[in-house]
Amino acid sequence: MAISETTRAQMREVLVDYPRKRSALMPLLHLAQADEGYISQDSIVVVSEMVELTEAEVTAVSSFYTMYLKRESGRVRVGVCINSLCAVLGGDEIWDSLVDHCGVGNNQTTDDGAVTLERIECQAACTHAPVMTANWEFLDDMTVEKAKQVVDDLRAGQAVQSTRGPVVRTFADAGRTIAGVDDGLTAEGEIRDDRMLAGLRLAQANGDAGRSAEAERQGAVNVKGR
Amino acid sequence: MPLTPVLSAHWDEADSYTIDGYRRHGGYDALAIAFAKQPDDVIGLVKDSGLRGRGGAGFPTGMKWGFVPQGDGKPHYLVVNADESEPGACKDVPLMLANPHSLVEGVIIASYAIRAHHAFIYIRGEVPHAIRRVAAAVREAYAAGFLGSNIKDSGFDLEVVVHAGAGAYICGEETALLDSLEGFRGQPRLKPPFPAVAGLYASPTVVNNVETIASVPSIVTNGADWYTSYGSEKSPGVKLFAVSGHVERPGIFEAPMGTTMRELLGWAGGMRKGHRLKFWVPGGSSVPLLTEEHLDVPYTYEDIAAAGSMLGTGTPMVFDETTSVTRAVTRWLEFYKHESCGKCTPCREGTYWLVDLLRRLESGSGSHSDITRINEVSAQIMGRSFCALGDAAATPFPGAIKYFADEIALGTHTAAADLFDPVAATVFAGVNV
Amino acid sequence: MTMTTASTTGDVLEPRPDLVTVTIDGVETAVPKGTLIIRAAEQLGVAVPRFCDHPLLDPVANCRMCLIEVEGMPKPQPACAVTCSDGMVVKTQMTSPVADEAQRSVMEFLLINHPLDCPICDKGGECPLQNQAMTNGQGDTRFDGPKRTFPKPINLSAQVLLDRERCVSCARCTRFAEQIAGDPFIELLERGSQQQVGIAEDVPFNSYYSGNTIQICPVGALTSAMYRFRSRPFDLVSTPTACEHCASGCSLRTDSRRNAVMRRLASVDPEVNEEWNCDKGRFAFRYLESDVRLTTPMVRVDGELRPASWDEALVTAAAGLKAAAGKAGIITGGRLMVEDAYAYSVFARRALGTNDIDFRPQGSSAEEEQFLASRVAGAGLGPTYADLEKAPTVLLVAFEPEDESPIVLLRLRKAAKTGTQILSVAPAASRGLAKTNGTWIPAAPGAEPTVIAGLDENTVTALSQPGSVILVGQRAAVTAGLLSAVGRLADRTGAALGWVPRRAGDRGAVEAGVLPSLLPGGRPVADAAARVDTAAIWGVPEVPEAPGRDIPAMLAAIEGRELSALVVGGVRLDDLPADAEAALRATEFLVVLDTHAHGLVELANVVFPVAAAPEKAGTFINWEGRQRPSSQALRTNLMSDARVLAALAGELGVVGLDGDLARLRAQLGEFSGWEGVRVGSPDVAAATGEPGPGLLLATWRPLLEATVLQEGEPYLAATARGREVWLSAPESAALGATEGQLITVTSASGSVTAPLVVAETAEGTVVVTGDAHRVLGQSGERVQIAVEGQG
Ligand SMILES: Cc1cc2nc3c(=O)[nH]c(=O)nc-3n(C[C@H](O)[C@H](O)[C@H](O)COP(=O)(O)O)c2cc1C
Ligand code: SF4
Ligand code: FES
Repeated sequence: MAISETTRAQMREVLVDYPRKRSALMPLLHLAQADEGYISQDSIVVVSEMVELTEAEVTAVSSFYTMYLKRESGRVRVGVCINSLCAVLGGDEIWDSLVDHCGVGNNQTTDDGAVTLERIECQAACTHAPVMTANWEFLDDMTVEKAKQVVDDLRAGQAVQSTRGPVVRTFADAGRTIAGVDDGLTAEGEIRDDRMLAGLRLAQANGDAGRSAEAERQGAVNVKGR
Repeated sequence: MPLTPVLSAHWDEADSYTIDGYRRHGGYDALAIAFAKQPDDVIGLVKDSGLRGRGGAGFPTGMKWGFVPQGDGKPHYLVVNADESEPGACKDVPLMLANPHSLVEGVIIASYAIRAHHAFIYIRGEVPHAIRRVAAAVREAYAAGFLGSNIKDSGFDLEVVVHAGAGAYICGEETALLDSLEGFRGQPRLKPPFPAVAGLYASPTVVNNVETIASVPSIVTNGADWYTSYGSEKSPGVKLFAVSGHVERPGIFEAPMGTTMRELLGWAGGMRKGHRLKFWVPGGSSVPLLTEEHLDVPYTYEDIAAAGSMLGTGTPMVFDETTSVTRAVTRWLEFYKHESCGKCTPCREGTYWLVDLLRRLESGSGSHSDITRINEVSAQIMGRSFCALGDAAATPFPGAIKYFADEIALGTHTAAADLFDPVAATVFAGVNV
Repeated sequence: MTMTTASTTGDVLEPRPDLVTVTIDGVETAVPKGTLIIRAAEQLGVAVPRFCDHPLLDPVANCRMCLIEVEGMPKPQPACAVTCSDGMVVKTQMTSPVADEAQRSVMEFLLINHPLDCPICDKGGECPLQNQAMTNGQGDTRFDGPKRTFPKPINLSAQVLLDRERCVSCARCTRFAEQIAGDPFIELLERGSQQQVGIAEDVPFNSYYSGNTIQICPVGALTSAMYRFRSRPFDLVSTPTACEHCASGCSLRTDSRRNAVMRRLASVDPEVNEEWNCDKGRFAFRYLESDVRLTTPMVRVDGELRPASWDEALVTAAAGLKAAAGKAGIITGGRLMVEDAYAYSVFARRALGTNDIDFRPQGSSAEEEQFLASRVAGAGLGPTYADLEKAPTVLLVAFEPEDESPIVLLRLRKAAKTGTQILSVAPAASRGLAKTNGTWIPAAPGAEPTVIAGLDENTVTALSQPGSVILVGQRAAVTAGLLSAVGRLADRTGAALGWVPRRAGDRGAVEAGVLPSLLPGGRPVADAAARVDTAAIWGVPEVPEAPGRDIPAMLAAIEGRELSALVVGGVRLDDLPADAEAALRATEFLVVLDTHAHGLVELANVVFPVAAAPEKAGTFINWEGRQRPSSQALRTNLMSDARVLAALAGELGVVGLDGDLARLRAQLGEFSGWEGVRVGSPDVAAATGEPGPGLLLATWRPLLEATVLQEGEPYLAATARGREVWLSAPESAALGATEGQLITVTSASGSVTAPLVVAETAEGTVVVTGDAHRVLGQSGERVQIAVEGQG
């Protein structure tokens, strides 16, 4: 593979957003990885020319961040949060069962090339623990059974709906989104779940609702704190 | 204490993340109020509101803005810290998913106040849906004339760039974030100079947390008095609390500062059925854990500090009696080892050492001298590392042993998994597996 | 006790606004504002332990070894990064248990993953980690888990190896590469406990300055392929020497064992090389052990060169030179120490009675000679490195510092960081220029004089600021009118003018009068008073008055039978113009003094072996005009050129020629400060460039190439830059060639094929880099170019 002309054009577009070229290094690496599946030698050469750095300087950066991969992964990277809270709430069991189920370990890919398992750190979704991700889209409130199902569906090539996000897409597409390319999926995904709305619903039920700035200004509710 | 949904007031509306959904409830009205004031007066207003940084350190926001030298002829920058990677922290990402325009509006007001014409929102790379929604909000704001040049005839120009990280907790540290944004390895910088004087591209820069910035529009609209009517004198206002763990209904609760953990726990439906609280961590894994005896401590910077911990991100993690504290602490230390940037010796080598020692304890093969050593090594890191990540890594164990010395000592002969059945601790215990 | 910096009045120290008073371990001292605590402590004799700190690198404070206590600060502070403020009270490990404990902690952390392999480590015995662990009493760690290991070692380049498990992540090497050398080819890779120094997959650390990283590594993580495991510090005898490789004038430390050089290090010399040197100076010394070293005199008998006794050789040489009385000249190279150069100068005038003497085998001109006489010889010190650092503007002409005087490049980089504007009149915008953030002023080969005469007002104004400097390279000699134009520019702007030759002995040769028109100390041969003065110093009635010949003239004179004998010292055949060999073959009597046997020796009638630079004491004079004394690092039976010449003079019956170093130096000293007549500046018109076919060649000699002094160094040679063909974007497009494609460049003397680099080059110019000059000849030649594989 090589970095495509389309990707190069996207890279050039990203470059103009930044006051200094070097600042575009990370989005450029995300884009390169979308094309190549990992940070290939080719990516490093292309990106280093674009941002006018040495290849060593680019390698220094690409090797620092965990999302930039050293080797190609399967079609979907399936992450299981194993930080303390998720681990305790079931992440460890989920991980063990997936390892068993897929027959691969951390950063390894199932033999059909479909799924790469990865132990991931806290995803800022602890209210929805145990948490998994598929190509970085949230899979909240997981159980062992749900986790296996997700992996089976992914391996079978079936669409998997993320929670609080769109249908899980390809690794390459996810990379482009992260690099800032508009994928038209903003409206996807239902985020209004019990966890997100826990406080709001309670407030509404208690009559505490509407204590928004706007509501207060309108005098709809006039309860001050304390 | 009542709940006070401000930022989260309309999350139940299907289009809460769109500009229409936001404007329906007065969104972007704060801009006109701000533009009618002198930038310094906006800073003054934020100072008067007493708003403190919601990224963890609680630094007074208005004061930080006031540090930016004005008339220095240099470009100024606003950088929003949306790296939310602290274990336990899960407030900024939900906010960006549900109400990104409050952030964008805050960015415009803050930039106006500090006279920045370029702002960056640095979002951790692992949350594409949050990136999508913030990027879309920025596009909508441009289209509506809230961004770009001469915003709403104010004469004020602002460009906003949404920038994604790539997996590095350290990039939440503000100077590491700046290095990362400049295209370097995300390693912290020497301070001084502080970002307010020499930040992005060595120019004056304000770095603020997502929640901090998103709180600004409501303060501008409702006034400083409104904000200070909540919370305590030193910790005014309202805040997004995110309660996770062994509770009946984990979730996000927006409430005044000063709310107690007992209240939060109540809102979250209490501990899950049949279990009792063992320990809770008030604001991310980097602050010392607390126990049942601290449930009535008001969630203010000063009260939680007096209780021996820190408010941090204000996102309590709650653990019940099925949890092995040794296991939880070991896992956090593995996190800090994984996320140590490698720059300084105490953090890089100290976390390596602590993980080795803690794993022994977790596996039941530790010794009493290992326990002493963990405390010593933690003390050797504390205050010697380059940035606060090292201090954070030195926090969980000394915090835990204060309350759970006996349990930890069992690690000299029994594995944590034998003391605490991991399956019993899962949310699906007894349901499947 | 109060330590103060000297107050001029001698009275009570007046608080000066730029001084702050700090108390360190109870001792009060005043230091300039901005002084780091670690430096202030040093001044008081308190050594705060450190690894990442290096006085010439920006502070990073990452190792945390230097933590000390500052009153009023809650946490221990890194002494290497915190500046002293007025009234600050500092306690180091000497007086503060907090600091001591913090330092012990950090040391213990460093040792948890550092192998305890000191007995086999190159750094063992001179290792800051080892030393500080010992003095700190923290020689071990309580860590008892598995240490981090790496498969070892890895090559950062052919020359530099890295044992990753020894690295303490101080980032000195990477910061050096980026901040000092401007070659960020090594970087910290990965993160956390996996953080390690490394290179990009396909790009080795081929920096001309790479060896410095080995020297500043505070542990034995970096080693050189050539020195690795060869010796231990305590077996070595160290000698202060000056580098013989170029006119930068680095001060070095030569470490030898059993009379063989094991390694060379940069010495600290703030005025010249600071703490750095280049890889040539550091690694190229195996030539001393070459198979073709000359060890005994040789005499040609019946057409055969055979070993001879010193007596026989001296007698034979004297006889030959006598026979050629009045028809003998001298050619030296530019590699001689000034005392030896002086001996040749005296030998020519006194023993051979001639002014036929020249040290410029390559590309010289009468214009150059006049330039040297008028602006360089006897001009004393300056402009200096310090002047470069302070200069508002520095203009480079016919000079690529990175290749031709690498330490000048480092100083220019330093200057550029503090605002010096660097300009270069050159055929191309080179990478070296980019490293100084410099501005390129395009000039095709031959067009430089016109370009200089026509510099725009801004440039002239910039150069007219007090302190500005013009540096002109030795290559300027080949362009008619260039040195004249440069002289005029200097006069017009008042900028200081520095001449930067390539070789270590060039400036010394000028000072010693190894030129047909110059006597020592810048005295013109043509000036009667100068001759009288010289004769007086030598204690002789007179010195020859007849104008001498330069090298081309000498060679022509041989072919014209006006000269029949030559004494040649330190010159290689390939130093000389291509047509020189024929003339040398025609020389009736050729005496060669040299260290190595090479082409010239085969033509010689008598050969005298001489000591190489590290085998004798002596002095180089660098481009600044600064004396660079060098001690004898190796024992040898070989004599210096001066001693051989003195013996030969004796054989010729000329008395009073001295080979004794001290007396030579003393006599040379008498020549300084000539206040008499000076030769005027040259005023040569620029050649009008004739339009011709093809492109104009531009080239210069690279730092590293296969020369005698670099022989026996495969690792060094492997880091040399390859040949490249630089063409402008329009010229490349016209050729239909793209970056990386092979291009063949053909000149009258040969052709070279190398990959294309699309670069900024002057119109109608092709730059060929690397050692292509050996094949293609000098800048200004007309060449043809063709794309490889295109019909
Ligand atoms: C290791 C480390 C991680 C951090 N991570 C974050 C983060 O993810 N988000 C954040 O807002 N602040 C984080 N901080 C705090 C920031 O350095 C900084 O204080 C904050 O962004 C300032 O914004 P505020 O004043 O609005 O809180 C972190 C600090 C450290 C030391
Ligand atoms: S190799 Fe040496 S100089 Fe470089 S970071 Fe490691 S210890 Fe420091
Ligand atoms: S010497 Fe000061 S931190 Fe390294």
